[in-house]
Amino acid sequence: MTFLSQFARSERDPRLLKSGSGSLGLPDRLAKGLGWFSLALGAAELFAPGRITRPLGLQGKETIVRAYGMREIASGLLSLSIDKKAGLWSRVAGDVVDLVTLFNAMRPGARRNENLTVAMVVVLGVTLLDLLSSTAVTVAHRRPAGSFKRYADRSGYPQGVEDARGAARGRGMAGAG
Amino acid sequence: MRALVWHGKEDIRCDEVSDPEIQDDRDAIIKVTSCAICGSDLHLFHNLIPAMLPGDIVGHEMMGEVVEVGRGAAGALQKGDRIVVPFTIYCGECDQCRRGNFSVCERSNRNARIQENVFGHATAGLFGYTHLTGGYPGGQAEYVRVPFADRTHIKVPDSLSDEQVLFLGDILPTGWQAAVQCDIKPTDTVAVWGCGPVGQMAIRSAVLLGAKQVIAIDRLPERLGMAAAGGAVAINFDDESVIERLDELTGGKGPDACIDAVGMESHVGFAQPDTVYDRAKQMMMLENDRGHVLREMIYVCRPAGVISIPGVYSGLVDKIPFGLAMNKGLTFRMGQTHVNRWTEGLLKLIEDGLLDPSFVITHTASLEDGPEMYPLFRDKRDQCVKVVLKP
Repeated sequence: MTFLSQFARSERDPRLLKSGSGSLGLPDRLAKGLGWFSLALGAAELFAPGRITRPLGLQGKETIVRAYGMREIASGLLSLSIDKKAGLWSRVAGDVVDLVTLFNAMRPGARRNENLTVAMVVVLGVTLLDLLSSTAVTVAHRRPAGSFKRYADRSGYPQGVEDARGAARGRGMAGAG
Repeated sequence: MRALVWHGKEDIRCDEVSDPEIQDDRDAIIKVTSCAICGSDLHLFHNLIPAMLPGDIVGHEMMGEVVEVGRGAAGALQKGDRIVVPFTIYCGECDQCRRGNFSVCERSNRNARIQENVFGHATAGLFGYTHLTGGYPGGQAEYVRVPFADRTHIKVPDSLSDEQVLFLGDILPTGWQAAVQCDIKPTDTVAVWGCGPVGQMAIRSAVLLGAKQVIAIDRLPERLGMAAAGGAVAINFDDESVIERLDELTGGKGPDACIDAVGMESHVGFAQPDTVYDRAKQMMMLENDRGHVLREMIYVCRPAGVISIPGVYSGLVDKIPFGLAMNKGLTFRMGQTHVNRWTEGLLKLIEDGLLDPSFVITHTASLEDGPEMYPLFRDKRDQCVKVVLKP
């Protein structure tokens, strides 16, 4: 994309030669990855729910899977936005809903239990990743509580605030606004 | 050279790029000695300003030494001159420039055709900003090309430090213009929403222009502390009702003038439900800007008062109570700053020791550390108010 965007610039403007260190930390990059994963999974659930319900023995539950797909897409969009913390925690909440749904689908002796168990293990793994990512993003961008500098000595008026009050009025600077 | 380059949402990198070169007779090349991260750089960081492209060099607050001058600028500038670069590029010759309206210069935006399609008319070229305003490479870099350099500069004396004069290029005249637009009388109360760097400068400007009372509204203790040090009465909207407190401070009349130094990214909190609504719409691309501050100002402003808007807005704002504004007879004044209209007088205030804008600097870092300073400034960690970078 950076290469393509060069064509929109003046030929003699500075060109990128070598990329260096950036502002996106590991938690931010992880959030981005999970956001795209959410969008992909959400699209699959929304447009091909049968591919998910069949192996899990959940035929007839396509509408629920579609609703989960919409939830995934919302979480994905939020995780890719600057409010990624909310997006990632909404993914964690979604994981819990997924786990409860899968657990509730298990029946004693049913053949589908094997696939449901595999699905639950996968969702558990993703849940751990989501928890890790949510916590990391929260910590990375948190404004620590505690004592604050009050900057009480930063008036900006070397001669004091009382001398500054109205000092520009007599200088003909107030007009032409 | 090294420069801070925009690669996408929240992705600023310190990259190696080719050096700028003279492209026009009126150009000059500046070796940047100091530059700063502006609140409006955060709008780019959040990808809320349209028409940014990966590979764009950011930064529009910079100063330094002239190292190369085009023939057309040679009369006004010489190698070795120390200048601050205003963020609005202006030709000095078009009809708008002759009127002093430098931020709407009719000739400096090299992408004027594109902007006319969106805005109706083109405005001035800006450094390190969207391609709608020319896509000029910015000054968070070791070197920067200054177009129309014979006019687009502020010469500064060696007796003043970089820190004292750097903000002549943007936040100081921006705060100043915001206050001047209020037509302040000695009996006036001026309320300033947002105590970031522009808000701090607006507070000092209102005090210098003789307002009876200046009120500062924010939620961060350190910013409110800095505002109080500058002579303002502080309102923390996390702790008290802005509307009730303003009523109390103005005897129920409301402020004579309200300054919006917040702009399109007002704080989102459940205590102000409209901000949550705005954020949701903004995320779904149904609205560009969050208008909470505008709504509150229109509601509290004294009838026949002034709403002055230095905060940046990018496009569509929803649910603005325009009927209130019309019936109260409010005057709206806004715009990008006509920087050089104000700099001579402001430089004199600094030289005379009446104002020292360096008070706002809380963090100084190298250009390499610039990418880390963006999220630190955005998250208000370490009580960051203003970051200056030293290339």
